[in-house]
Amino acid sequence: MNNAERTRRELMIRAIRDFLAGTLSEEIDRIPIDLRPRNAEANRCCIYKDRAMLKYRLMALLGFGMEEETDEARSLKEYLADAVAGNNHTEPVLSVCTVGCHGCVDSHVQVSNACVGCFARPCVASCPRQAIQVINQRSMIDRSKCINCGKCMTVCPYHAIIRNPLPCEDACPVGAIGKGEDGRVRIDFSKCIYCGKCFRSCPFSAIMERSALINILDAMKKGRRVVAMVAPSVTNQFPGSIEQLFVALKKAGFSEIMEVAHGAELTTLHEAEEFFERMARGDKLMTSSCCPAWVEAAKRHIPDIVPMVSSTPSPMAYAGQLTREKYPDAVTVFIGPCIAKRREAQSDPNVDFVMTFEELGALLAAQEIDVISQVAEPLAEPAASFARNFARSCGVSEAILQEIESEKPDPNRTKIDEKFINGLDRKSMNMLKMYAKGKLPGNFVEVMACTGGCVGGPCSLAH
Amino acid sequence: MSDVKKIKVEICLGTTCYVLGSFRLSSLEEQLPPNLKDRVEVVGCACLEVCHDRNYGNAPFVRIGERIVDNATVEKVIEVLQEMVAAGGSNE
Repeated sequence: MNNAERTRRELMIRAIRDFLAGTLSEEIDRIPIDLRPRNAEANRCCIYKDRAMLKYRLMALLGFGMEEETDEARSLKEYLADAVAGNNHTEPVLSVCTVGCHGCVDSHVQVSNACVGCFARPCVASCPRQAIQVINQRSMIDRSKCINCGKCMTVCPYHAIIRNPLPCEDACPVGAIGKGEDGRVRIDFSKCIYCGKCFRSCPFSAIMERSALINILDAMKKGRRVVAMVAPSVTNQFPGSIEQLFVALKKAGFSEIMEVAHGAELTTLHEAEEFFERMARGDKLMTSSCCPAWVEAAKRHIPDIVPMVSSTPSPMAYAGQLTREKYPDAVTVFIGPCIAKRREAQSDPNVDFVMTFEELGALLAAQEIDVISQVAEPLAEPAASFARNFARSCGVSEAILQEIESEKPDPNRTKIDEKFINGLDRKSMNMLKMYAKGKLPGNFVEVMACTGGCVGGPCSLAH
Repeated sequence: MSDVKKIKVEICLGTTCYVLGSFRLSSLEEQLPPNLKDRVEVVGCACLEVCHDRNYGNAPFVRIGERIVDNATVEKVIEVLQEMVAAGGSNE
């Protein structure tokens, strides 16, 4: 577990403890100093920068992005009061803390010390822009000519030419993040699909998600009925059984539990129906729609494929409906490993807040509730096992196939020819563009933005 | 070797330790060097109760025999085990 992950989780635990104890308002401005006292070892250039980053991290935990800061002297206490009043949570759900991202240089190809100034000079010969010259027995790249194609890198027999990466930019499947002219990283939210790959890849922990933890904890504290809608990917997130976890959730402050796998049962049923309807009317292809990052990617980057994306609501949407019907007065909280769900929830009236598995782990740790020590209670309405598997890559297709097999066989029906996109990156985005043009075989494409499916989500607890 | 008492390694699976990294220790058994393989027994356990005095900053914890190891990683646990074996072996 890396330092960024650890710091994030420690901070969550601390903030939750203090909030539940009623001391966060007095303590919050002190937390960065407590965690990085004057004599402590700094992780960045100095403890003062560490403290500044902790402050912005706390702001993100309260639901505010650094972009919203107009007065640098404003205290965290004031932000906390705003969060409790519900004035946090404006779009977008990701924030770049540019204070933290000075460590990176622009992504570019460069010659390292390993260059021996060889006689053959394949780098010079391979460069399409004549950008490389050998000066003093060493290859030099003229930055004004170089287009970062990397051809020289692949031909160098000494592996002396390397790409200096900008991790967030390299991780983004859709080119939505990069350095501006001022050298600071920005997310272009007209392109962003909220997959969270930049969030996971940033070595400086400068990309933050804007949390709704305080709003959820506040609702619990005020005695409101708070329903946990737990995503199917929860299996194997915690030690112990799902029954033990649900007992722990109730101890942690949730009044009721709804397995989102029940929503997945409905998604499967309707998606299977939709598939056969579409095939019967002559469609060539349908893609899954349960992954919100994929749905955003289709809308923003592959308009041709949008008509082929299933219109069946996601498991979260169905579970939200079920929860609202059952507990009309409750606060509903989707709990999963996903950042894009925060975005999806913003336009779903049945899902009030989103909490990540990481935050749930912190909530349980803050209250010292051990999942494996709980006495399991049988579930009143356990979800079907195929629905609980929904979160794995290929899980959607397997669930649909199972749904089909459970019905009577119909020889006239189109046979499903399923394909998988296991994780979105630049390459798989190009494949999806090919699917949109009908250039690849298959009539059902299951797309998961995260490798391995939701279980590999950016905010899962155990990667 | 079978008559040598095995050293017990208990990985705390309490929520605090788990969230702060004990989930990473699940690969410990596979990563044990050959000289330790038959001498060590790795188990998961309920909260070791060392996090309660608010020093959760040092989680995850592992108990090796009678000894508590904080900020536990696979490397650190193996190092301690090697020391114990070198110092005379069994369960102290």
